[in-house]
Amino acid sequence: MNPVITKKNFSMSDQAKPAATSSTVPPVPVPGSSVPASAKTAVPPSVAFDIQDLSIFYGKHQAIKNVTIKIPGSSVTAIIGPSGCGKSTALRALNRMHELTPGARHTGKILMKGEDLYGPGIDATVVRRRVGMVFQKSNPFPTLTIAENVLVGLRLNGVRDKALLNRRLEESLRHAALWDEVKDHLNRPGNSLSGGQQQRLCIARALAVRPEILLMDEPCSALDPIATAKVEELIHSLKSEYTVVIVTHNMQQAARVSENTAFFYMGSLIEFGPTEQIFMNPKNPQTEAYVSGRFG
Amino acid sequence: MSALAVLCALLVVLPLILVFFHLLKMGFSSLNWNFFTKLPKPAGEEGGGMANAIVGTIELMGLALVMGVPIGILGGIYLSEYGSEKTNSWIRFGADVLNGVPSIVWGLVGYALAVMPMQGYSAFSGGLALAFIMIPMVLRTTEEVLVLVPNAYREAAMALGIPRWKITTNIILRTAFKGLVTGVLLSLGRVAGETAPILFTALGSSDWNHSLKEPIAALPIQIYYYAISPFEDQNRQAWAGALVLILLVFLLSASVRFISSRRGK
Repeated sequence: MNPVITKKNFSMSDQAKPAATSSTVPPVPVPGSSVPASAKTAVPPSVAFDIQDLSIFYGKHQAIKNVTIKIPGSSVTAIIGPSGCGKSTALRALNRMHELTPGARHTGKILMKGEDLYGPGIDATVVRRRVGMVFQKSNPFPTLTIAENVLVGLRLNGVRDKALLNRRLEESLRHAALWDEVKDHLNRPGNSLSGGQQQRLCIARALAVRPEILLMDEPCSALDPIATAKVEELIHSLKSEYTVVIVTHNMQQAARVSENTAFFYMGSLIEFGPTEQIFMNPKNPQTEAYVSGRFG
Repeated sequence: MSALAVLCALLVVLPLILVFFHLLKMGFSSLNWNFFTKLPKPAGEEGGGMANAIVGTIELMGLALVMGVPIGILGGIYLSEYGSEKTNSWIRFGADVLNGVPSIVWGLVGYALAVMPMQGYSAFSGGLALAFIMIPMVLRTTEEVLVLVPNAYREAAMALGIPRWKITTNIILRTAFKGLVTGVLLSLGRVAGETAPILFTALGSSDWNHSLKEPIAALPIQIYYYAISPFEDQNRQAWAGALVLILLVFLLSASVRFISSRRGK
């Protein structure tokens, strides 16, 4: 199969953008402009990830057991479950980050918009540019300024066009609901912000490379309620252009932000469905026990 | 108990202070403009200075830096970012052994590897012998500093799809930069005063050095020759040279402390 995700045809420039944009209204990023033109998807774009019988092993330990799930695109999907159930592992498999752990291996297939993420010749680095990730603890680079942090993904991948960089800087910070707070001191170091602002900075950084999909691994667990509310608002606003998969141990948060929810337990997918149904009317008794707080 | 601790601390610091003040007493009077600008005079004649030795020491340190630091840092990067646990433990063991090799052995290695093939003593072989001393030091300090960079930054950078080598140069090295500089300066300080390795490689000289293939003067060698010389003027100059040398090392150590104490980049 001809690998479509190759370095050559992946471009992060705005292919479909109009030449002049008004400076009062922030330009809305056009979703199609970041997908390589030659990516002919065989699957309708409404399925972001088609996961088929996925199992992940760390050495002898099996962290994920035969999970099959179709994650829809252009929406927010939450993954919930008690600690140690494999939520983070499953999430990290979606952008090949679990490979960084020594001894990690997997069986099964993950198709992203029809393309096999783990196919021969697929460069993991390019996959990670299309599938971004935000971590539990915010990690802005300390030696870079706020502006440099946001743009590091672009700059270190060779983007030099200053106009493009400045545009993306503003767009990403606006998208992350951080622009108004930092626009006057973009040259301060990245870690001079508060915890909630740092996390939003990391989100802006992840958004700046225009991934098609954003993975969030418990992004609010280290934040206070006000910062959490801001991030949840931000996730709502991302819904129309991005696919978001969020792992959370906070069920109320999952109920607030997501359209679909997957419940994991001990490495297996117990139930997957619309969020309302999972919380109000779960089909599986284990799901019911978890969402009603009987264990967790 | 605490009185005992204070006493021990004093016992440690006392020799340092005594040596320093003795050097100051013996050498300070010979520190004059001539000392820093003139070449050594032939034996028996009064006057002259150690200008070429001071410049030579700096030049040898520069050569050692250029030859030794890149290898040390690249090795440290390998250990921290790319190596497997098994090979790493062997490399670390090797580096620790090399760190303990007496410097005179490095002088002989330099003699065999550079002086003999080149048929003569040279600044290059002096720098080479000193570089051999620097490499395992810089390797270990680099690795220690890079390993301290939190994994969170590596993960964040990988999640952005940045190529591995760019993560190493642009993010990890940048974050650890202060520590790297400290390690290099510490190894320079160690190497500045080494006498045995350069005795067999750089030889020393009473003139300015004009090329890397020529012998070169250096403070430790000059001090050695002058200290054992029967002429009193040269003995006095040896004290002055020793004072200058210890001030040089002190300057390097002070800059290490200064860099470490500055907040941020």
